[in-house]
Amino acid sequence: MLEIRNLHVRLEEEDKQILKGLDLTVEAGKVHAIMGPNGSGKSTLSYVLAGREGYEVTEGSAHLDGDDLLEMETNERAAAGLFLAFQYPVEIPGVGNMTFLRTAMNAQRKARGEDEISAPDFLKLIREKAKELNISNEMMKRAVNVGFSGGEKKRNEILQMAVLQPRMCILDETDSGLDVDAMKLVADGVNRLRSPDRGFLVITHYQRLLDHIVPDVVHIMADGRIQQTGGPDLALKVEKEGYADMTTAA
Amino acid sequence: MVLTQPLIDEKRRTAEAMLAALPLPEEEAPWARDARARARARLLEAGAPVRRDEYWRMTDPRALTAPAAPLAPADTVGASDAFPGIEARCLRFVNGRFRCDLSDDATQEGIAVMTLAEALGTDISFARDIFGRLEAAGQEKVDRPLAALNTAAATEGLALRVTGPVATPLHIRNDVIGEGAALVHHVVRVEKGGHLTILESGVPGNSLMEVDVAPGGRLDHVRLQSEPDRPVAAHVFARIGEEATFKTFTLTANGALTRNETVLDLEGDAGNGHIAGAILGGGESHIDNTVFVTHAGVGCESRQVFKSVLAETAKSVFQGKIFVRPAAQKTDGYQISQSVLLSEGAEFNAKPELEIYADDVQCSHGSTTGALDRTALFYLMSRGITRREAEALLVASFVEEAIAEIADEALQDRMREAVAEWMVTRA
Repeated sequence: MLEIRNLHVRLEEEDKQILKGLDLTVEAGKVHAIMGPNGSGKSTLSYVLAGREGYEVTEGSAHLDGDDLLEMETNERAAAGLFLAFQYPVEIPGVGNMTFLRTAMNAQRKARGEDEISAPDFLKLIREKAKELNISNEMMKRAVNVGFSGGEKKRNEILQMAVLQPRMCILDETDSGLDVDAMKLVADGVNRLRSPDRGFLVITHYQRLLDHIVPDVVHIMADGRIQQTGGPDLALKVEKEGYADMTTAA
Repeated sequence: MVLTQPLIDEKRRTAEAMLAALPLPEEEAPWARDARARARARLLEAGAPVRRDEYWRMTDPRALTAPAAPLAPADTVGASDAFPGIEARCLRFVNGRFRCDLSDDATQEGIAVMTLAEALGTDISFARDIFGRLEAAGQEKVDRPLAALNTAAATEGLALRVTGPVATPLHIRNDVIGEGAALVHHVVRVEKGGHLTILESGVPGNSLMEVDVAPGGRLDHVRLQSEPDRPVAAHVFARIGEEATFKTFTLTANGALTRNETVLDLEGDAGNGHIAGAILGGGESHIDNTVFVTHAGVGCESRQVFKSVLAETAKSVFQGKIFVRPAAQKTDGYQISQSVLLSEGAEFNAKPELEIYADDVQCSHGSTTGALDRTALFYLMSRGITRREAEALLVASFVEEAIAEIADEALQDRMREAVAEWMVTRA
């Protein structure tokens, strides 16, 4: 479903090569985890796939269901089914959470040639999904992420994912800043979305999230490339031995 | 800036030419003729504005000082209602002339409505204490020659006296077609316990509203300047009495050259004066909001909230002053002017000024300019929202602080709609 080939990416501002020939395939129905030390290029990978400005692809390709992601605008990638749960969800004062979600949902539906969702259907959907994630009505009425705690922001990301129903979900350090209870809530939210036609790429520094979201495949990333690939046990090995050995192996 | 003698002479000649192009008002009460004469003298003394004047440094006044004869009368029903869905008594001016035949019946409890000509033709008019006087008082610190020109020559307008709460707002609607001068001058007196909302749409070339809010009175003023196709100088002079309130909001969308001068004098204690603006500039628009708030009473609150959204090569200017007299202790003055530049060619110039002679006051001012937050744009787009929609969401939230200054929620919504419409149709 997600096919990344020989991806080279340069950070424009610092004129620095971050990704240096990354290959990765995520199949539908699978959860892939990417682990790696700080500075290995994990977040850069998520931003490049989502289309953030400031990253130049110097070589390689990225396709979603055969469509060239790198040719698309950020919003087109979302409409094509790509979703990035941000490591640092952005606060947007003055834009209501409900307005934001509804605008996003309708924009995607429009891009796919579908009708807008009706107001009652939308409300029903939001209520149901918000309840599952323990998100209060009051939170929904606030401006996007404004005044949210770290945990609330991450839950809000998962809520957006649950509402937008993307085909390919990228979770960037979703566990950072979460206590155990919040992490369980988030992980349950993700697990509910697991399905045979949906792929996940879970980016994390620590193994602990993977106790709750059990991956099918684990990749170790360092120096802008995938260095090792294995099963869930690879994550446990990292937890025990650290990244040092894995990264020198390349 | 020191003006040279040849420039001073030129300013005077231009002022004379502007006056000469307009007919002298006739058949008015002696006090009105005096007020006109004093205004002419003010204009000639100050001369027409030029770019070299400090007050016009950021806005070239030439388009506003070309001598022009009055517009011929025109028969038009004009464009659509600027305040659809909002109940109001509509009083219409076409080419700067009041059109009773096109206007609603303005009779309502709490308000007496007459034309300016009626008010200036009688010796017992309340207008006597206001006409030309608030305008003259507003020239104490700075010359405002275009306002003096208006008082000297404008024969059309309304004289409103508000004695109680007025249930339905008045909508002063201006339609202008053709080339020439259109001067409109309104005089408003709000008595104790009076409360009126005035809506204004369309723009004559030179408009002036003198507002006298007596102790305990209140006036709300909401103005929509949409796509003016001619240079505009619009003046508001307000005197605010003890525990009285005056709130004015203006949305300006595009237009060649717009200069809004708003002058508030918080004369009584515990008065309230709010001036807010949403500026939406596209093309080569130049929109200038020049504001002067004087605190004279004790414990008054004033707010100036201006938000500019600028595309293409549009320019917005904000000159805002808070002037606090020695007796005006416990003054609370707030001023913010901010802009969002949607293109590299757009420009925002701000000149915030505080001049404070009392020691127990709280005054703050701030000004910012910049592009829309790129991180926020990316976040919105990453959820499938198109760039234009994402920009519209961020712009709507940016101007919200100015719109929130409007008291009435339906009017707030109308202004939000106008912002959204502009975001959709902009280049």
